[in-house]
Amino acid sequence: MKGAQPVVECRGVGVDRGGVRVVTDVDLVVEPGDWVVVVGPNGAGKTSLLHAMAGLIPATGHLSVGGLDPGHAPRRRMARVVALMPQRPVVPEGTSVRELVALGRTPHLRRFGTETAEDREAVERTIDRLELVALADRPALDVSGGELQRVVLARALAQEPQVLLLDEPTSALDIGHQQSVLDLVSEMRLERQLTVIAAMHDLTLAGQYGRRVVLLHRGQVVADATPAEVLQPARLAEVYDARVEVLQRAAGPVVLPVRDPG
Amino acid sequence: MALDLPRVRAVTADARPATRPRLRWTTLGAGVTVCLGAVLVGCLVGPAGLGIRGVLLELLDAIPGVEVDSGLSVTQQAIFWEIRLPRVVLGVLVGATLAAAGTAYQGVFRNPLADPYLLGVSSGAGLGATLGIVAGGAVGPVGIPVLAFVGGLLGVAATYALGSSIGGGRGAVVIILAGVAVGAFFNAIQNFVQQRYDDSLLSVYSWMLGRLSTDGWSDVLIALPYVVVSCGVILLYRRTLDVMAVGDVEAASLGVDPARVRLVLVLTATLGTAAVVSVSGLIGFVGIVVPHAVRLLFGPAHQTLLPLALLFGAAFLVLADVVARTALAPAEVPIGVVTAVVGAPFFLIVLRRHKGTL
Repeated sequence: MKGAQPVVECRGVGVDRGGVRVVTDVDLVVEPGDWVVVVGPNGAGKTSLLHAMAGLIPATGHLSVGGLDPGHAPRRRMARVVALMPQRPVVPEGTSVRELVALGRTPHLRRFGTETAEDREAVERTIDRLELVALADRPALDVSGGELQRVVLARALAQEPQVLLLDEPTSALDIGHQQSVLDLVSEMRLERQLTVIAAMHDLTLAGQYGRRVVLLHRGQVVADATPAEVLQPARLAEVYDARVEVLQRAAGPVVLPVRDPG
Repeated sequence: MALDLPRVRAVTADARPATRPRLRWTTLGAGVTVCLGAVLVGCLVGPAGLGIRGVLLELLDAIPGVEVDSGLSVTQQAIFWEIRLPRVVLGVLVGATLAAAGTAYQGVFRNPLADPYLLGVSSGAGLGATLGIVAGGAVGPVGIPVLAFVGGLLGVAATYALGSSIGGGRGAVVIILAGVAVGAFFNAIQNFVQQRYDDSLLSVYSWMLGRLSTDGWSDVLIALPYVVVSCGVILLYRRTLDVMAVGDVEAASLGVDPARVRLVLVLTATLGTAAVVSVSGLIGFVGIVVPHAVRLLFGPAHQTLLPLALLFGAAFLVLADVVARTALAPAEVPIGVVTAVVGAPFFLIVLRRHKGTL
């Protein structure tokens, strides 16, 4: 993929929320098919950066995603290029899993139209692929946290995007479900040549799944390289104000919290 | 796109239900039947007995090219065409519009308690229409819905601004409280205006309690264009309303502009509400009773919910009017009283059902 036209390009991107600058002067170029993990302490600007890429909040500077300017492109066009898997999905009462996944077809429908046979087929294929067939007719409120993340991933995939934005996709899950959701994202990335940009809290998982790690601190990029280069104990100690040890393993660096001996 | 996935298992298309339970013809047929049944009851019940045979033949006779003798006398024909039928048709328009507006407000505000009456829209429209009535010839019958529209918009804007500025995390209930306060405020001004111009007090008073006129087709003709536009636009947005249910951030990420949808639908629903308030006064709770009953029976997908809410709203109001006409015959109970008697307890049920989420 080297040398291909970048699918995401941020140059000097800034985001203000409520008069406070939460993202400052971010430069980030992402090649198609890459998996970039954005890490950083709470309030570092991870979610704001993802939302700016999806055009959900206004941003300053130069921002281009899939050839579109997220701040100005029509919402429908934007949603055919970028899909967002939210941190805490809103699940309406009485909506079935299938109906929730079908909402992903929204940007592909004619204006004021409803699903065509083709749309329904795309939804069924995605439901099948993510092994949600048994859940499809259940109310989405009744499924477990891990299942709900798969449902929301299915909805994002039904959008047929080029870029998949994940906002802490595993923060509500136990360790097994964290792995199964990330494995699934990894498979779908390869199958559909998706570009994945994920904000994550768990640094070990970030290092194992991301091909590239971007460390945000107070809205600025303080490191952007391979997991092994970014996840250095001294840097993490400074940015997170934490005591950590980093073990190098074949699967990637393991970030270990260390209790204060005193 | 790369949809031909290697791991897809063989799927037989007919072995599974459709992606989205689309509006089935049987469901729609049931709704139409209920609505027509209510219309027939509305045409039949009244002090002058017309008889089901006479009414049906009279309707058949009205079809161009069909000539039958209904057996109704000239007086009975006049009662049917100039009193009974226009009143029932007005009931259909008012009921369908209030139910559609309620569904739209509930959808865009994501608030199960939203209703034209509880959001202060009806009271604002009532004040606007009252000012139009006391102004008399200066605005005329066509100007009254316009003033009602302005009043209704002021009502919903004030409610929304007040509710969201103090709402915090308890938005849904606070917005309704704000709506009740705004409604009371508009009602107070409206009462004041009424007292100041007591020459027109009686007509305004009976109108404010909600009533369907027996005055020929003029009210139907005034309301009809607004009702058609309002219900038509709301129906166009039926799938967009399903997207709005997942919240502004997710709706935007799915390709919908939530602020624009909210603006268009609030304008449209308020226009329809204002038009029906102008001709029928303040009729509360239709917008909350009907959509919730349909949701309980057929689920929340607007594809089914909206058409059925229109049909059942029409049926509900026509039947409520039958009760209003007959409960204390020959006197009439204001129809707003009838809908409130049914609607207020229903409102409490809705409140209870949503107690965990409000």
